Amino acid sequence: MATAPPVVLPKPSKAFSSRLRGGDEVAWAITLFFALVILAVTALLVYELFVWGLPSEQKFGLGFLTSRMWNPVEDEFGALPFIYGTVLTSFLALLISVPVGVGAAIYLAELASPRLSNALTFLVELLAAVPSVIFGLLAIFTLVPLMREYIGPGLKSVLGFLPIFTGPVYGVGYLTAGIILAIMTFPFIISVSRESLLAVPREQREAALALGATKWESTWQVVVPFARLGIMGSIFLGLARALGETMAVTMVIGNDPSIHASLFAPGYTIASVIANEFTEATGKIYPAALVELGLVLFLITIVINGLARLLIIVTAGKGTGRG
Amino acid sequence: MTEARTRRRKILNNFMLTMTGVCAFVTVATLFLILAYLVYNGGKSVNFDFFTKLPRAPGEMGGGMANAIVGSGVIIGLATVIGIPIGFFAGIYLSEWGGKTVPFLVRYTCDLLNGVPSIVIGIFAWTIIVRPMKGFSALAGGVALSIMLIPIAARSTEQFLQEVPRSLREGSLALGASKWRTIVSIVVPAARKGILTGMILGVARIAGETAPLLFTSLNNQFWATGLRQATASLPVMIYTHAVAPYEDWHRQAWAAGLVLLLLVLAANIAARMILSRGMSLPRG
Repeated sequence: MATAPPVVLPKPSKAFSSRLRGGDEVAWAITLFFALVILAVTALLVYELFVWGLPSEQKFGLGFLTSRMWNPVEDEFGALPFIYGTVLTSFLALLISVPVGVGAAIYLAELASPRLSNALTFLVELLAAVPSVIFGLLAIFTLVPLMREYIGPGLKSVLGFLPIFTGPVYGVGYLTAGIILAIMTFPFIISVSRESLLAVPREQREAALALGATKWESTWQVVVPFARLGIMGSIFLGLARALGETMAVTMVIGNDPSIHASLFAPGYTIASVIANEFTEATGKIYPAALVELGLVLFLITIVINGLARLLIIVTAGKGTGRG
Repeated sequence: MTEARTRRRKILNNFMLTMTGVCAFVTVATLFLILAYLVYNGGKSVNFDFFTKLPRAPGEMGGGMANAIVGSGVIIGLATVIGIPIGFFAGIYLSEWGGKTVPFLVRYTCDLLNGVPSIVIGIFAWTIIVRPMKGFSALAGGVALSIMLIPIAARSTEQFLQEVPRSLREGSLALGASKWRTIVSIVVPAARKGILTGMILGVARIAGETAPLLFTSLNNQFWATGLRQATASLPVMIYTHAVAPYEDWHRQAWAAGLVLLLLVLAANIAARMILSRGMSLPRG
C-alpha cells in the first residue's frame, strides 16, 4: 500500500487541453473577425460618402447647406429646399403621430387587459412590417385624391386665413407626405412608449389613486411624467424613421425643389431627391451633390437615433432602479 | 361647488380614457384598412399571368411580373447568404466573448448601421459595387440589402443567446467541454428558435425595401440572365408601375403590392408563431 506508484499526470491530457484551448481561440478569432467586418463596413460607408461627395464639398463648402439653388444645368446645388422639406414633413408627422401614438400607448399599457393589449400590440407591430412602397402605393390612390377633393378644400375654407393653408391644392405636397409619415411612425412610438409606461412601478399609480386622483389624473400627472424620458426616446426613434423614409414620401411629395410656406404645395425631401435623380445625374458635381445630401441625411439621423437610444437606456435604468 | 368639480373631473376622466381607446382603435384600424384596400384592388388584378408572364410595354394590356418575382428571390437570396452568416457569427461574438471595448463598439455600430436611412445604403452599394463593376446588377442589390440585414441578424442572435441560462453553459463546461464545443452543441441549439425568428423577421424586413435597389439592381423589363445584370424586383416594380400614368400598370402595381404584403406579413406571423411556442431545450 505504501509503495503505491506516484500519480503520474497523463501526458496526452495536457496536449488535449491545449488543443481545446486552441479551438477556443480559433472560434474566438472567427467570430471576432465577423464582428470587425461590421465595424469595417460602417467605417467604409462613412468614408465612401465623404469621398464621393468631395467635388461638391469642395465647390460649395458649408454654403451648400444654406443655398436655395438647385440647378443641374448650371451645376449649382444647394441643400436648403430638401432640408426644409425633410424637417417640415417629419415635423408634421410627429404633430399627428405623437398625440395619437402616446394616447394609444396609454390605452395599451393602462387600460386594456394584458391579452387585448398583447394582441393589439402585435397588430401595431405588423403595421411596422408593411413595406414603405406599399404605403406609397396606397397614398397615391387614396390619400392624394382625398387631400385634393376634401381635406385640402376643407382646411382652406376653415383656416384659409393662415399662410400655411393657402394656394392651390394638388393633392401631393408637404401635408400629404406628413400624414403618410405619421402612419408609418405610429408603431415605433406606440411600442416603445407602451414599454416605458409598463415599466412604471405599480406603487406610483396606487399612491395617486389612494390620494383620490381619477384614473386619468393618475395616468397623466404621475405615470406619464414618470415614463417621460422613454416616451421622448420613442418620439426621437419615430423622428429618425421619418427623416430617412424614402419611398412613400417620394411618391406623394410632388418633387419641387423650392421652399413654400403652404403645406399644400409640392416640395422635396433629401431622401426623395436622391431616389429620383441619382440614376440620371451626370457630370462630376451633380452626383457628388446628391451623395453629399446623403451624407447630410446620414449625419442627421445618427444624431437623432443616438439621442433616442440614450433616452431609452436612461429610462430603462431608472425603472429598475426605483422599482 | 365641490360636487360640480368632482363631476367635471369624472367627465374629463371618462372623456380622456375614451380618447386613448380611440387612438388605439385608429392605429389598428389603419392596418386593416391597408389590408382590405390591397386585397380588394390586388385581388381583382392577381391572376395566373401575373406569376408566369413578363411585363408588357405601356399601353398593352395583360402581362405579369414573373421576372420581378424571380429577381426579388435572387436578390433576397444573395442578401441572406451574405448577411446572415456575418450577423450570426458577430452575434455569437457579442454574446459569448464579452470584453469591454470591442463588443461595446460593435454593438454601438450595429445600432448605428440599423438606423442609417435605406437610401444612403443604396448610395454606398452604388459606390462600392456598381461603379467599380461598371453596371447595375443583382449582386449590388443583394449587397445593399445584406448591409441592412447584418445589424438586425447580429443583434437578434446576441439577444437570444443571452437568454440561454448560465447553468446550461456551466453544466457543459463542468463536463469538460471546451467553450466553442459548448457554444456549438449547447448554447446555439438552445436558442435556435429565437435565432430563427430573428432571421426571418430580418429577411422579411429587407424583402420590402425599395430605396436601396433603385440604383443598385435598378429594374429590367425582361429576364436577367446573370448576377451582373440589372434585375427586376417586386418593390421597384410597384414603385415604377404606381407612378406611371397607365391604367393597366396601376392594376399590376396593386397585384404586386398584394403579393409582396402577403409574403411579408406571412413571414412576420410565422416568425412570431415559432417563438411563441417557447424556446425548447435540445433533446438528449
